[in-house]
Amino acid sequence: MTSALVMVCGSVSQQSTDSDLFHASSLMNCVTFALAVASSVASSAASSAASALAHGSTSAVARAVAHAVAHANQSVVLKLSLGLGAALSLNAGVFAAELAIPIHYLGEVRDRPPVLSNRVSWPDDEGEPGALLAVVDNNTTGKFLKHQYDLTIERIDLDGDVVAAAKALLTGGSRLVVLNVSAENLSVIAQLPEAQDDLLFNAGSLANPLRNEACLGNVLHTLPSRAMYADALMQFFSKRKWRDIFLISGNRAGDKQYADALRRSAKKFGLKIRHDKTWLVDADIRRNASSEVPVFTQERKYDVVLVTDEDQDFSNFLLYHTWLPRPVAGSAGLKAVAWDSVIEQWGAAQLQSRYSDVTARSMTSVDYATWAAVRSIGEAVTRTQSSEPAEIKTYLLGEQFSLAGFKGAKLSYRPWNGQLRQPIPLVHADAVVGQAPLEGFLHRVTELDTLGIDEPETQCAEFTN
Amino acid sequence: MSQKLNAQNLQTNGHEEMMKVDGVYNLRRAALMAFCLGMTTSAQAHWVYVSNEKDDTVTVIDADTYEVVKTIDVGLRPRGITMSKDFSRLYICASDSDAVQVFDIATDKVLHDLPSGEDPEQFALHPDDRHLYIANEDDAIATVVDTQTRTVVAQIDVGVEPEGMAVSHDGKWAIVTSETTNMAHWIDTETNTLVDNTLVDQRPRDAEFTLDDKELWVSSEIGGTVSVIDVETKQIKHIINFELDGVSDERVQPVGMELTSDGKYAFVALGPANHVAVVDRNTYKPIKYILVGRRVWHMALTPEEDRFFATNGVSGDVTVVDVASLKPIKTIKVGRFPWGAVVLPKQHIPQ
Repeated sequence: MTSALVMVCGSVSQQSTDSDLFHASSLMNCVTFALAVASSVASSAASSAASALAHGSTSAVARAVAHAVAHANQSVVLKLSLGLGAALSLNAGVFAAELAIPIHYLGEVRDRPPVLSNRVSWPDDEGEPGALLAVVDNNTTGKFLKHQYDLTIERIDLDGDVVAAAKALLTGGSRLVVLNVSAENLSVIAQLPEAQDDLLFNAGSLANPLRNEACLGNVLHTLPSRAMYADALMQFFSKRKWRDIFLISGNRAGDKQYADALRRSAKKFGLKIRHDKTWLVDADIRRNASSEVPVFTQERKYDVVLVTDEDQDFSNFLLYHTWLPRPVAGSAGLKAVAWDSVIEQWGAAQLQSRYSDVTARSMTSVDYATWAAVRSIGEAVTRTQSSEPAEIKTYLLGEQFSLAGFKGAKLSYRPWNGQLRQPIPLVHADAVVGQAPLEGFLHRVTELDTLGIDEPETQCAEFTN
Repeated sequence: MSQKLNAQNLQTNGHEEMMKVDGVYNLRRAALMAFCLGMTTSAQAHWVYVSNEKDDTVTVIDADTYEVVKTIDVGLRPRGITMSKDFSRLYICASDSDAVQVFDIATDKVLHDLPSGEDPEQFALHPDDRHLYIANEDDAIATVVDTQTRTVVAQIDVGVEPEGMAVSHDGKWAIVTSETTNMAHWIDTETNTLVDNTLVDQRPRDAEFTLDDKELWVSSEIGGTVSVIDVETKQIKHIINFELDGVSDERVQPVGMELTSDGKYAFVALGPANHVAVVDRNTYKPIKYILVGRRVWHMALTPEEDRFFATNGVSGDVTVVDVASLKPIKTIKVGRFPWGAVVLPKQHIPQ
């Protein structure tokens, strides 16, 4: 953290539009934002301007602040730190807050391997707009209760040390932290002595062990696990009577874990993985999919091709080239997600629309997970009138808690492993195909627990209730 | 020829449906309907106006023959609809047109738009027949519009995703529910300021005052409950839960409500549970669940309160329920995603 810049904006009138509020221009590696905020003084719109230096992708953040200002008549403190990563603090509220709730977001830019298609890219700010939107939502509620939520966003670049940043963040006092980091780093961070009095939300890792044998009592998971995604797909196959599966596993660690989850799930739902192959390492499938894929998938019987390829390297080139004319699912074709831009039902259109006020790109599963984490905190604070992580955790794991998550069913946390129960949409590029739990898959407690690791099979002992 | 046969079949089916219903009243009505068959539309029955969210139309249904009288093109994504007190005008929340349309009942023409604020979803007309209280879903505000001067009187900051709107019968309170903030906000209509908030269960949708204005009922879609709030103290005095055999908890999602003026029943549409719950207003307990179409949204009672019409969003139809027997008597196909419903009493039907 080499330098920090603080900026303060006054309250603004509601009629201002986002485009009036800020303009961007680039300056060397950085981007300058003029957050011109119209303040209503004696009914005439005077304006005050402030500027900040930050990395390019903080544009979303600046827009979100502008939006928050425009919509909630709040004053804003924007703190941008340069160097290791960009940190930002959104301090909302001109009212006299009786309860302040600081929330921290810590994310790391993931090291993604090169992929075949030039179309594939991941936003560096994945997760950040989701958290921002949720804190704006929380503050709109908070102003009626004199609760004020402050969000600090810290992003660690590839050459940074996320564990060191976490250590610095978690030292002294108990905190509420949303983490968008790898499974390995999450595990290390959650076991830091500094983290023992904190409540951490995992919004960045799908790893099953974190919800099972390697679970940690101070971590709740708002992103679904691979097991939940796998079960959602298998329910769909089962319903469609696609009983014979051709599984193609990618070569990367996540792909193998997803394939394991799918094998386990096929067994659970009584489906057969008739063919189980690992993808070729060296094929440039863009050029020769039509010759490679038919040969690779040349078998006499299968109903569906299931592929694991989390980095989107080759899987999209399988479609329409399989030996038998069969649908493709998994990482291409029909996908299980926590969220996607095609979701509109159950009021989702409103969430999508509010999200698009924050940033130009569409909302991803990770954004949904950070949103759900910050909104969970908001719900717990609203109901308990407390900002203490320990009290919030107890409330979130209790029966009283439920969160409206725009997926047609109330969301709650599994008390045995801290996983957020949620429906899993099954989508293709342009539409929702279905949403698990599908009708007919029953459960003695809640049908949502037909997805993922259920209580009787849990190996997690960190949550003792 | 085949068309004629089909029509006959439909009518026969309709007749049989009617005859299945118990009670003298309905038999009489069945006879009346038989009498009406073959007649052109007349002012002998009420009309039910239903907004079709995904078709940008309003379907008008004859409340006795259960035939569609006409389908009218309106603005984009019509949801909340209501009538002026003299029933000469229909107000339509055309959400995606960002307008409240004022529709002339006599001519079937849109007279003008009212400045509604962005994305109006639901509204309520003040007993003064002049001020409309509108929930602006995307903007976290409520807009008060003077329908005579066509101007915005006030805009009030409320919670995230304002949805349900109600004005008390004495005109004192306007209530807006906010879906993500989970509150019923109390607006003093004298000053048009927000004076109090009542926290309710997740995703509050509809709000309804009892006729004596002593209770405010608020449905919570995701919470799966209805909160009965004491107007005097603004505190919740009862929380109603719903349990249906063979329907999972998650699918029980209370949305629209209708309260009968005799104080006997509350009808609560349960969304994807595909049932309307009948709540005994004395005991606050559900006493019956009536099977209707898929994802039931809202209902409209006839002036006699002998029947109500429930809109079924996913199945694209309207279920007619007989209040005396608490049984469904007819299903009527309307447009795509029917949402709101309001009744035009027969004496006000233009001749």
